[in-house]
Amino acid sequence: MNYNWNWGIFWERSPDAIGTYMDTLLAGLYWTLATALIAWVMALILGAIIGTIRTMPHKWAVRLANGYVELFRNIPLLVQMFLWFFVMPELVPTAIGDWLKQLPNAPFVTAVICLGFFTSSRVAVQVSAGINALPRGQKMAGTALGLTLPQTYRYVLLPMAFRIVIPPLTSEFLNIIKNSAVALTIGLMELTARARSMQEFSFQVFEAFTAATIIYILVNIVVVNLMRFIEKKVAVPGYITSGTGGK
Amino acid sequence: MINFDFDVIERSWVYLFQTGMAFTLELTGLAMVGGIVIGTLLAMMRLSSNKLISTVATTYVNLIRSVPLVLVIFWFYFLVPYIGAWIIGANEPIKVGAFTSSLITFILFEAAYYCEIMRAGIQSIPRGQVWAGQALGMNYWQTMGNIVLPQAFRNMIPVLLTQTIVLFQDVSLVYVLSITDFVGAASKVAQRDGRLVEMYLFVAVVYFVLCFSLSLLVKRLQQKVAIIR
Repeated sequence: MNYNWNWGIFWERSPDAIGTYMDTLLAGLYWTLATALIAWVMALILGAIIGTIRTMPHKWAVRLANGYVELFRNIPLLVQMFLWFFVMPELVPTAIGDWLKQLPNAPFVTAVICLGFFTSSRVAVQVSAGINALPRGQKMAGTALGLTLPQTYRYVLLPMAFRIVIPPLTSEFLNIIKNSAVALTIGLMELTARARSMQEFSFQVFEAFTAATIIYILVNIVVVNLMRFIEKKVAVPGYITSGTGGK
Repeated sequence: MINFDFDVIERSWVYLFQTGMAFTLELTGLAMVGGIVIGTLLAMMRLSSNKLISTVATTYVNLIRSVPLVLVIFWFYFLVPYIGAWIIGANEPIKVGAFTSSLITFILFEAAYYCEIMRAGIQSIPRGQVWAGQALGMNYWQTMGNIVLPQAFRNMIPVLLTQTIVLFQDVSLVYVLSITDFVGAASKVAQRDGRLVEMYLFVAVVYFVLCFSLSLLVKRLQQKVAIIR
């Protein structure tokens, strides 16, 4: 096999005027993290609301929330990106559409909105699973104490449910970081896009992709450990959680 | 607001489905079969008592699962020609077609996800059944093939199918290699005719209808195959 390995490539200047190729990749990491973090906040808030509605006794509200979940689950992320980026500006009134198209960071804003909605439907499923996993006596106890339904949710059900769903939310957070790579199709220069452009400029395919892969793995490790720390901090006494041996 | 022109779909109907959707479905089907076969082998490797074998499988699965699919697609797109050259001992990277390249990518990528499903399936079978098999004089492969895997598979059919719906959606990402799958075909027509809104809306509707009905079927199947314990 004749492939010219050149691991020193990262310290050479890249043609995109940021500095070395390493700087290029780190700039990509910055956009990946910025996109994922902001979208994650959006997904958590929306997902918590929709997920809670799914467990409420109002039939039509449940149906609406279920429809929301199915809508965002059954369309590929790539197509959703295109819908937000190419289709949405054409469907709103012309003035708003033009403003959207001229935003300086249009791909970034679009990616955040798209990933936020996409992930919120998954968060919603986990939040309602968490609420449903609680013994039904807890809800009854709340009502017996004279709490209204919103109060029962606020003081009894949600604080428990949120602590229970932290492990599945971890993998959803890892997913949002990985999914942000799809935004390269609408021109967001995140980590994968930078690795790809580095490969195009330098022809060092394997070095570029190896570096990107290692960065993704490091981010994964950091996130997993951070969430494990949070999980331990908020563990409900008496519940089996990883790391505490179910004490 | 804009003027809709849904004629563009009628004009490109044949191309969209016979070229695009055919590619997507073929890739999904083959990747599902290949992914489940290799995924099951990986699951057996992960559960092996041989440290080396289980470490190799675990590392592979965790590696694949921590990297974005788009990056994996790029990896294999560039890697497969080199591996091919290495296998047949050629000096130059061999030429692999778009279909073969993306098929290998999806089989190897999905195998990591199917592996975790099959591992859960195998672990859901009580230990005693393995001992029963051994007591009957069966060897490892007979126990696995006749007792454990059929039950594990049956238990996991709904989850395997749900993963296949995810795979069906993920195939759209071959767009990054300019391959003409369903999305690729639609976006080519969209750009040629300047009809992005109609085409992408149509694509979204088609995916939604297909995936939603499939997931309803899976839900029904789930109730049917559930083993009463």
